[in-house]
Amino acid sequence: MIAKTLQDTFMRYRRPGDIVYATLFFAFALFLLSQIGVETKVVKRTKWFAQPSLWPMIAIWGMVIFSGLHLLSSALSPRIPGRWKEVGFWLQSLEYVAYFLIYVVAVPWLGYLPSTMLFAAFLAVRSGFRSSATVCIALVFGAVVAVVFRALLQVNIPAGRLYEVLPEATRVFALTYL
Amino acid sequence: MENLISGIALLTQWQVIAALIIGSVGGVIIGALPGVGAAVAIAILLPATFAFEPIVGLTLLLGIYGSSMYGGAIPAILINTPGTAVNALTTYDGYPLTKRGEGHRALSLAYSASFFGGIFSIVCLIFLSPVLAWVAPHFGSREIFLAAFMGILLVILAHRGQTFSAAMLAFFGIFLSTVGLEPVKYTKRFTFDQTWLASGVDLIVVVLGLFAISQALLLLVDKDHAPGEAHVRGSIFAGLKELLGLKRIATVSSSLGVVMGMVPGTGEFTSQFLSYTYAQKTSKDPDKFGDGSPEGLVASEAANNAVPGAAMIPLLALGIPGEALTAMMLSVFYVHNVIPGPQLFVDQLDFVMALYMSLILLNVIVLVFLLFSTNLLLKIIQIPTRFLGIMILTLSFVGVFSLRNSITDCAIAAGFGVFGLILKRLDLPIVPIILGMVLGGIMEVKLRSAMAKVKTPLDFIDRPIAAILFAMILCIIALHVRTLVQEHRDRRRPQPTGDGDTTQQG
Repeated sequence: MIAKTLQDTFMRYRRPGDIVYATLFFAFALFLLSQIGVETKVVKRTKWFAQPSLWPMIAIWGMVIFSGLHLLSSALSPRIPGRWKEVGFWLQSLEYVAYFLIYVVAVPWLGYLPSTMLFAAFLAVRSGFRSSATVCIALVFGAVVAVVFRALLQVNIPAGRLYEVLPEATRVFALTYL
Repeated sequence: MENLISGIALLTQWQVIAALIIGSVGGVIIGALPGVGAAVAIAILLPATFAFEPIVGLTLLLGIYGSSMYGGAIPAILINTPGTAVNALTTYDGYPLTKRGEGHRALSLAYSASFFGGIFSIVCLIFLSPVLAWVAPHFGSREIFLAAFMGILLVILAHRGQTFSAAMLAFFGIFLSTVGLEPVKYTKRFTFDQTWLASGVDLIVVVLGLFAISQALLLLVDKDHAPGEAHVRGSIFAGLKELLGLKRIATVSSSLGVVMGMVPGTGEFTSQFLSYTYAQKTSKDPDKFGDGSPEGLVASEAANNAVPGAAMIPLLALGIPGEALTAMMLSVFYVHNVIPGPQLFVDQLDFVMALYMSLILLNVIVLVFLLFSTNLLLKIIQIPTRFLGIMILTLSFVGVFSLRNSITDCAIAAGFGVFGLILKRLDLPIVPIILGMVLGGIMEVKLRSAMAKVKTPLDFIDRPIAAILFAMILCIIALHVRTLVQEHRDRRRPQPTGDGDTTQQG
């Protein structure tokens, strides 16, 4: 009877993988709660509303309570098949995160223009565009992005160290605009 | 009058005009591309706008915000794929009209209704300005704290069926706002002795990760597909006249859009739902709804386009954003030391006037652009989704890295990108995190300054506006509890068909 009432109260619409997410988030909230004494300070001669630990405490307790309820509702709802397939989909995205981070590290070395062109072209090939026309479009897209943001909008991106080895005539131009 | 002239002078700068045109036209294109949306574009462009004058940056972002829903109606009507999430309701009546060979009529009606909704909300904003200028200075620390608290509460409760998830994510947002060196007592909070955490988690890094990088990852990992081909024949000017016959629906829907736009956490979806329901209930042909009803189309488009103008009201008057896009715009204000809130209407009314006028102009530019370029847009939106993913990921780098040239920021943004992808796949809301981050910071500061003048708990609500806000908070909670109890009773009531208990424990 109690189980039925709980089910009626907490059962909700969700998608495959929800319980994995709910468990991980709840564990994360509990971890933060366990660290609250170490990672925040209670300052003497300071009223409760000005304590540095007040808002982290409110936030973490909120996370613990509601992620606990979210996990409970997930556990009490009918099981949906495809949980691990969904987790696989999440993990697949890490491949592109790795490419992104390699690109981030490459920019200060190779320079914004060359690395952006290479990044766009590589992603085009990796994501299944094999025709030379599409790769060319990706290269042009990379070049346009670099020129618009660095040369025209003067967005704060450092010049590549590779530019230092360019001939004098093109070096200054590359360091300023590319 | 002086402020109006000064506002016009601000608008006539070539940079503002360029930002207005680029923002409006760019917003339409971005809105028309299924899978991109205004939030992604604004997140990417946000850091670039920090280098501009505040009026230029805000005009560009407002242009994208206000025009994306116009563009989103095109694929919704012609190929049954909403360009932005808020155009989903447009497909109900827009696509059936296209199937009957009346695509040009549907588009024309959608553009006209959007234009009406957009202009209506700006007119409301202009008429409300004197009231705002009068009320806003009465908002002290405790009133702003209560308004921010109400914003958090509404954003949680507005996610019906996902309240727990919205709450835990809103609290996660509040937690993120506390990480780093706290500025009053100079103690470290959740830095784990890591120097890269000492300066805290930047809102823009989180926004870019959750909105832009997550969308790029989603498009890159998911199956590739390109929107179908479509072409419009016939005049698309006729809807302008047809809208005159539906002005009651358009006015009520726009009014609902304005009201919902002002209330934090509700926005386009609630206003659309309410106006669509109103239109259906008062229609002579309720059966045609969902099967090509012009009234349904007008209700949906007028309501969603009335929201951007109205969403500026709490942002400008109180400095409290009601949803993710205005939360992003708030950072443009802060970067330029323009603090939105009561004082803005006193010190920089010309700036506010210039923003109003730019909102009107963007609607005119978008309407003219759309009336002549719909077929061109239909060609542009043929970009395969994976290629869109490449474009978004490449552009996301500029947004994150240009902030402070930090590889760590990029790694954090990528982490939030994966988190955003998981939330999107699970159909869980992202907006509570952003609002939690923004409103959490506001609540902490305002509570500290408000409590310094409070002796007993009742003093907190002894001023009229604070008392009204407190009563509204109690009403919201009471109404929510009542709805929950009713829903629970309905669920427990025996089903008349006899196929009642289908619940199974997994």
